[in-house]
Amino acid sequence: MSIFIDSSTTVIVQGITGRDGGFHSKQMLEYGTKIVGGVTPGKGGQKFEDKVPVFNTVHDAVAATGANTSVIYVPPMFAADAMMEAADAGIKFIVCITEGVPVLDMTKVYPFVKEKGARLLGPNCPGLITPGESKVGIIPGRICTPGSIGVVSRSGTLTYEVVYQLTRAGMGQSTCVGIGGDPINGTNFIDCLAAFEKDPKTKAVAMMGEIGGTDEQEAAEFVQKHMKKPVVGFIAGQTAPPGRRMGHAGAIISGSAGTAAEKIEAFERAGMGVAKRPMDFVELLRARM
Amino acid sequence: MNIHEFQAKDILRAEGVPIPPGEVATSAEQVEAIAKKIGGMVVVKAQVHTGGRGKAGGVKLAKTPAEAKEIASKILGMQINGLTVHQVLVTAAADIATEAYVGIILDRKSRAPVFMVSPAGGIDIEEVAEKTPEKIMKLPIDTRYGLTSYQANELGFFLFDDVKKVRAVSKIMMALYSAFMKHDASLAEINPLVVTPAGEILALDAKFSVDDNALDRHPEIVQLRDETAEEPSEVDARNANLTFIKLDGNVGCVVNGAGLAMATMDLVKYYGGEPANFLDIGGSSNPEKVVNALRIITGDPSVKVILFNIFGGITRTDDVANGIVTATKANPLKIPIVIRLTGTNEEIAMKILTDNGFSASSDMDEAVQKAVALAKGGKAA
Repeated sequence: MSIFIDSSTTVIVQGITGRDGGFHSKQMLEYGTKIVGGVTPGKGGQKFEDKVPVFNTVHDAVAATGANTSVIYVPPMFAADAMMEAADAGIKFIVCITEGVPVLDMTKVYPFVKEKGARLLGPNCPGLITPGESKVGIIPGRICTPGSIGVVSRSGTLTYEVVYQLTRAGMGQSTCVGIGGDPINGTNFIDCLAAFEKDPKTKAVAMMGEIGGTDEQEAAEFVQKHMKKPVVGFIAGQTAPPGRRMGHAGAIISGSAGTAAEKIEAFERAGMGVAKRPMDFVELLRARM
Repeated sequence: MNIHEFQAKDILRAEGVPIPPGEVATSAEQVEAIAKKIGGMVVVKAQVHTGGRGKAGGVKLAKTPAEAKEIASKILGMQINGLTVHQVLVTAAADIATEAYVGIILDRKSRAPVFMVSPAGGIDIEEVAEKTPEKIMKLPIDTRYGLTSYQANELGFFLFDDVKKVRAVSKIMMALYSAFMKHDASLAEINPLVVTPAGEILALDAKFSVDDNALDRHPEIVQLRDETAEEPSEVDARNANLTFIKLDGNVGCVVNGAGLAMATMDLVKYYGGEPANFLDIGGSSNPEKVVNALRIITGDPSVKVILFNIFGGITRTDDVANGIVTATKANPLKIPIVIRLTGTNEEIAMKILTDNGFSASSDMDEAVQKAVALAKGGKAA
C-alpha cells in the first residue's frame, strides 16, 4: 500500500514534448510509471519515444486512455489553465511541477479543482514517488527504496537529502510526497498526514517544513489529535531573516508569524520528534518504531 | 517586489482612490519648488523600503517652502534601518479627524485575497490584530467573482455609521481591489485612510507589493524597481538568475534548492558558524550559474570560506564541478572552498574535481563542519 499513487496509477503528461516534460517523462517511464499519454496542443497524433501517444487536449487524452492522474510541466503563465483543463477533463489527481505560478492564479484554480472533485499536488513541487511502484514528478528514483516510512515535505532537494539518508540507513519509504513551496497549494501537510495514518504500510512519518505561514503548526495539532503513528519533524530556515523571501514564495517570515521557533515549539507541544539536523531523522524515527 | 509609497499612490490614484497631490524629489531645491507649487502645509516623506520611517525622523511637516527645503536636506542621505534615503515625496498636508486602516493581503490559509479593515488606523495593524482583534474585520474574496458591492458595503459599515462615508469608502475599496488584481499584488494597504474635519476621505499613506512570480506579465511594475534601494550583490544575483540574500556571517553558501539552502545555513549555525548568504542556484544544470555564484560570493570581503552543497536531482553535479573549475581558473580563489556533492553524475563530477586539484565529499554534515572550522581560521578536519 501507499498514498495517492501505486502500480495501477495511469498518468498523462501535460507538456510531454517540452524540454523538462520530455526529460522527466523518460525518467518516469524508466522507473516503471504507467504513462499512457501526453498532451501538447498541435502535436496530437505524434508518438513520444515511439510509444506514448500525444493528444491535443486533456479531454482527448482521457477519452482515449482512461488516465486517472496528470502531471504538468508547462511554463508558469500557462500552468493555471493546464490544472483547470485536467480537472475539467475528469482527472482525479493533478500534480503540478511548474515553479513560478502567479499566486493570484491559484486563488481561481484551487476552488475550481476542488469543485470538480480532484486532488491537486503543487504547484512548485517535486511530485511524489511510491518506491518500486510508480513515480509522478521529478524525485530521483534511485535514492528511494520501498519500506514503511512516509515522507512529506515543502521542499525538493531537502527531501532528497533526507530520503537518501533514510535509504542509506536501511529505512525504506512507503510514499514520498513533495507538497511544494508556494503559499497557495493544493495538498497540505494535514492531507498527507491523514492519508499516511490510514495507509497500513506506513509505520512512521518524516515531515520537513520550513518558515512561513502556519501549515506546520496546524499539522502538529492534527498529529496530536488524530494520529497514532509517530511523526518526526524538521523546520528549515532557523537562520532566515524576517521579511525576506527565501527562494520559495511561501518561505517568508511576516512580522512575528511563521518563524522556525514557533513551528518547532508546536512540534514539541504535539509530542513529535524534532530533528535538529536532516541526519537526525534516522535515529529519531528508529527510536519511535 | 516592493515599490515605493509614491509609486503605490500613483497606482491607486489611477484607480480613483482620493490622494492628496504630491511629487517625488531627489534634491532639497526640488522639494522647495514642489512645496511652492502645492502651496500651504506639506509633508516631506523619505522613500525607502522599510517601516518605521516616522519614528526615524524620515517624515516631517513643513509650513513653508523654505522649511520644506531645510527638512529635505536633512532627510535626503539619512539612514533608516540601514537604507540610505535617495528620494523624498512632497505631498499636501491634510487635517485629520479620524484614521482608519484598509488593506488586502494574499492569505495562504483562506487561499484568497483577504480584506482587512479597522477603524483603528494610523498604527501598526499587527499590533491591533494582537491586542484588539475585535477592531478588525476580515473578509476573504473569491477572485472568480471579485469584490461584490454588498461585501464592500459590509466592510464600509464596519468603519463608519454615516451612509455617505460608507459609500465613499466602498468606492475606495473597489478601487483598491481593482489595483490589487490588475497588478498581481500580494499586499495593498492604505494606512491611514483619514476623514478630514470637512468629511472628506483621503488615503495618506500606501503600501503595495507585487507577487514576484507574476512579474513576467507586469512590465509596468518591473520598471518601477529602484535598484539603488537594494543590496548591490542582490541586484547582481537577480540579473544572473540566482536567488541570493546577503547575511552577516562569513561562510559563503552555494546550494541547489531553497529548502536545502535554508537547511545548509541552519547547519552552519548548528556547528557554531555564521552563514554569509542564502544562495539557491536552482534546478537547471548550467555551469554559468556556478561561475556567477562564485563571483558574487567572493565579492563579499567578509566571506572566509566557500561551501558548496549540491544534491543532484535535475541538477547534474558534473555541470556544477565544471562551473567550479572554469570559475576558479579565470579567477583563482584566495579563500578555501569546501565541496559536497552527491546525486546525478556524481562519479564524473568527483573525477573532474580531483583532476583539477579539488577534493569533495558526499556527506553534508562533514562538509559543513569542515567549512565552519576553516571560517574560524582553524585547519580542516
